[in-house]
Amino acid sequence: MLAVAAIVGLLVFGLVSKGSSGVAIGDPVPDGPLPRLEGGGTESLADYRGRWVLVNFWASWCIPCREEAPALERFQRQHGGPKFTVLGIDSRDLSSDGRGFVREYGLSYPQLRDGDGDAAQDYGTTGVPENFLVDPAGKVRLLVRGPITEEYLREQVAPLLPEGKS
Amino acid sequence: MRARLVLVALAVLAALAPAAVAQQRVTLAEIEEEVMCPVCGTLLQLAEAPQAQQQKAFIARLIEEGRSEEQIKDALVAEYGDEVLAVPEGSGFNLSAYVVPIVAFLIAAIALAIGVMRWRRAGGGPSDRGGPAGPSGEEATRLDADLARYDL
Repeated sequence: MLAVAAIVGLLVFGLVSKGSSGVAIGDPVPDGPLPRLEGGGTESLADYRGRWVLVNFWASWCIPCREEAPALERFQRQHGGPKFTVLGIDSRDLSSDGRGFVREYGLSYPQLRDGDGDAAQDYGTTGVPENFLVDPAGKVRLLVRGPITEEYLREQVAPLLPEGKS
Repeated sequence: MRARLVLVALAVLAALAPAAVAQQRVTLAEIEEEVMCPVCGTLLQLAEAPQAQQQKAFIARLIEEGRSEEQIKDALVAEYGDEVLAVPEGSGFNLSAYVVPIVAFLIAAIALAIGVMRWRRAGGGPSDRGGPAGPSGEEATRLDADLARYDL
């Protein structure tokens, strides 16, 4: 009986640990540390508390990610600063290909690495790209499943940010 | 003459050695059977997603560089984590994948053995019950009479 209970317990643990439902608008974002894509060391969303952060999950093999990358970089150049940044998270990707992607598109915003996809799972992503606008308190304010457009950035994201270059 | 034969044999061995090494080289198909496509959640050999294509190209590149199967799997784990392996490594928590079925089997076998022993002790065994009773004298007489009507 004890053995049966132990096996059932293991199965339940497996289901619970796998079945993360992710985050919704208003939820706090997961803030576990992730390695930087370049330069070594780790960072976490907690390090960005007090700033607006547009978290962008992407991968170099993802075609829509290639389409949205230039828009994100332009937005970063316009609005990036002490109160706002785009934060890329390269998910389930080869690190060398990810670094190549960053160079190819001249991305200037910080990039973290999520090779095993655990962070993507914690956020509840269903694929790449996906974008989460996180407020200074660390809560999700906007969520875009799929590529983000220049129009969306201008009309939905920019109005939430502090005046001027953030 | 003998020295010449030895030299020829050594030359033949030297010529065959690289071919033997090349034959031992692991193939993409072999690795594909043992690793997962992290995005698709299936074996890599069944996956056709863009991420799977990237992963296959990565493995092919490592094979081309002459890496061993172990080195290639280590490189994949470094990129995608432990879950890229279709069969988990036999260490840490992953060891439970091997230990739990064995322990469960042993516990079930012991429980079954104890159950059978108790059942037999309680008089439930077939040896204690005895065989089925044969026909009575009257039934045997009727059976013989019935059989006699058929010319067997």
